[in-house]
Formats: sequence, C-alpha cells, structure tokens
Amino acid sequence: MTTVRAAGTILAKELRLEFRTRELLTATVIFALVVVVLFSFAFDPTPAESRRYGPGLLWIAFLFAGSLMLNPSFSREQSNETLDALRMAPVASFAILLGKILANFIFMSLAEILLVPIFAVLYNVSLAGIVGRLIFVLVLGTLGLTVTGTVFSAISAHARMRELLLPLLLLPILTPLLIAAVESTAALFAEQPTLDRTWVAFLAGFDIVFLTASWLLCDYLMED
Amino acid sequence: MKARLPLTILTALLIFAAGYAALFIAPEEKTMHAIQRIFYFHLPSWIAMFSAFSVVFYANVAYLITRKRKWDALGVSGVEVGVICCTIGLMTGPLWARPVWGIWWTWDARLTTTFILWLLYIAYLLLRGLLEDPEKKASLSAIFGIFASLDIPLVYLSNRLWRTQHPQPVILGGQGSGLDPTMGKVLLLCVIAVFCVMILVLVDRYRLELLRNECDELRFAIESRGAESGSNPLRANEPALGKAGR
Repeated sequence: MTTVRAAGTILAKELRLEFRTRELLTATVIFALVVVVLFSFAFDPTPAESRRYGPGLLWIAFLFAGSLMLNPSFSREQSNETLDALRMAPVASFAILLGKILANFIFMSLAEILLVPIFAVLYNVSLAGIVGRLIFVLVLGTLGLTVTGTVFSAISAHARMRELLLPLLLLPILTPLLIAAVESTAALFAEQPTLDRTWVAFLAGFDIVFLTASWLLCDYLMED
Repeated sequence: MKARLPLTILTALLIFAAGYAALFIAPEEKTMHAIQRIFYFHLPSWIAMFSAFSVVFYANVAYLITRKRKWDALGVSGVEVGVICCTIGLMTGPLWARPVWGIWWTWDARLTTTFILWLLYIAYLLLRGLLEDPEKKASLSAIFGIFASLDIPLVYLSNRLWRTQHPQPVILGGQGSGLDPTMGKVLLLCVIAVFCVMILVLVDRYRLELLRNECDELRFAIESRGAESGSNPLRANEPALGKAGR
C-alpha cells in the first residue's frame, strides 16, 4: 500500500511539473505530426494505400515520439541532481519507477488522444464503431512502450549522448511490440473491424514480461 | 595459462581441417552445388553465437546477484564474440541465399530475429562505451542485457505469428531431414571447430577485459585522489598504487 501511495506522490509530482509548462507534450505531439506528414510526402499514398500503411505509420510515429519523450524522465532528475534525493526517500525503489511509468503513460496517452483523430482525418480512416477496441489496443501498446522506455531512460540517463542512446536501446527491443500493435490496429482499420485476439494477447504478454522484469530489476536500476 | 599455446595450435588445426573437409570431403549437394558448402560455416556460426549469448545472459544475472567484476567481464566478452559470430552468420546467409533463393534477404522469422539480435547487442556495446563509471557500466549493461535476452523469444514468436499470417514466396527449405552421412560428419567437425574458436577468443577476450578493468580501477583511484589533494595526481600518489591494486 505504501508503495502505491509513494508511486502516487511521484506521479503527482511528474504531472505538476509537466503541466506547468506542457513543453514535453507539445513537443511530442508536434514531432509525431511531423512524422505523419513526412510519410505522406515520402510515399504519396492513395486512399487504399493509406489504409494499408496507416497502422504501421501510426505506431512508428508513436514509437519515435515516445523514444524522444521518455528521455527527460530520468535525465532531468540527473541534471538537476534530484535523483539522489528521490533515492533517499524511504520508499521501495519500484514506487519511484512505477510513478514515473504511470506519468509517462499518461503523457503518451494524452498525445495519442490528440493524434489519433488528426491521423484519422488525414488518412481517411473511420473511427466510428471501433473507438472502444482501439483504445484497448492503444493502452496495451502504450503500456509496453512506457514500461521499457522508462527503464531505459533510467539506464541512458547515466550515459553520455543519452538523447541519442535511448532510441538505440529502445527501438530494437520494441520490435515485437511494434508488430503486435500494428497487426491488431490493422485488424481494427479493416473493412470488417475485428479485435485480433492473438495479437492482443501478445501485447498483454509483452507488457507482463517487461513489467515483471522491471519490478525484479528496479533495485539494481535505482541503486547509487 | 600454460595450456594456451597448445590449445591455440589445436584449434587452428581443427579449423583448417574443418575448412578442408567442407570444401573437399563433403559431397556436392544435388541442387545447390558448390554454394551449399557455405552451410558448413553458416550453421556453426549460429550455434557459436547462441552459446555466446547464453553465456552473456548467465553472466549478466550472475553479476547482478554476486557483484563480482569477473561476471561483467565475461558478459562483455560474450557479447563481443557473439556479435562477431552473428555478423559471420548474417554475411554468409545472404551469400548463400542469393544464388539459391534468388534474393539476398527475406524478412523471414529467423532472419529477422537474428538481425534484431545483432542490433540489440550492438546497442549493448554502445551503451557500455557511453557509460563512464565502471560500477554503473557493469550493472546497467547487465540490466539491459537481461532485457535483451527476454526480448529475443518475443521477437521470434512475433515474427513466427506474423509470417504465418502473411506467407512469403521464399520458404526455408527443410533439408535437415535427409542429410547425407558424410555431410553430417563434416558438419559436426565444423560445428566443433567453430565452437572451439569461439571459446578460445572468448577466453582471451575475458582475460583482456579483466586486465583492462584492473587498469581502469587503478587509473580511477589515482584520479580521484588527485582531485582530492589538488596536486598532480600521477606524481603525488605513486606510492599508493600498490594499495589500490588489490
């Protein structure tokens, strides 16, 4: 219980910090939009093609934006030298990590809430009737992205060139997530929208594996 | 290590014998002809790679539990050797595929997985290069290594699921079932030879890393003392070297 409360405190702190300026969210949304726009210039898709490539593009944009957005999560603590203060708090180290994961999850989800409708308009995808299932897929995918991303942000925060390093560490690890998320989104964007159980189960499995690994390894991750 | 020289010579003889056997003793394959002989180094390099990466996973876990620097040294050595084996596999594969399948590369489950594997462990080496503090370097790269190892089965599974849903024109020929007995023997020799080379390089690299660690620790100790006293570190602390060493 104390862990949950401590995580809540960290979460509140992260949210407060972000909503003072909203710079992270703005930058993330704009970056993802740039990717979406560049894609249409690079491939000039017809309506049929944009339906075909849409899910992949959407998730590539999320993954790239996420790999940039997750950087400050720990590097900010590192450069302000507040990480030691956090570590000294008499709470489980997983609480700190969990608070950060939840905060990043909320930021990423907010960005997606803004991006998905814009994407639907630009690429002529009808969201009617699939909103609930799409949110389910987005939640599972975003959870996997933020869990691994937050852990790797804690790793890369100690390194030189950390802004460049995080995508290098994160994106190859996320390939299974990308495949599963794209496939399950594609099944929803199809003529007869369906929720692909195999891929959704795979997404959930990915989340569980890496959430458990983060929980097991967070003591080593947060130590001085 | 006295046995090093004879073992090196033995391994060299073994790999030469394997090369000879693969080129001249093994019978010619019916449909693929001479190009099929690349198989005798292609498959062994994969086996060596998986052994090296298994060592890495074990070493990473062992490091986090015991905190002994030797496990970290074993981990990075395993990654470097594994990446080399992986590179050999990734290069011999397309060379073989081009004349046989007609294409250099296909996004088949096995190919994709090994490519991702290669990228992951390159990232591991990059991460190590960019971390300064030796303790952090060891523990953070061990954590990343464990995440990478957990990811591999998921990458393979996802590619398998993906490709069964979208069949590709090129399918890996299942030729393992009808392997000629001579071919089998040559293959076994090649697997053993490449494996021995891998182990030899791994052990050498491991010993090098231990020496390097010791060197780094000494340098770190000198520098931190120099920073405290404010004097020229290399001169002022010369007598302290012995203590910092062990």
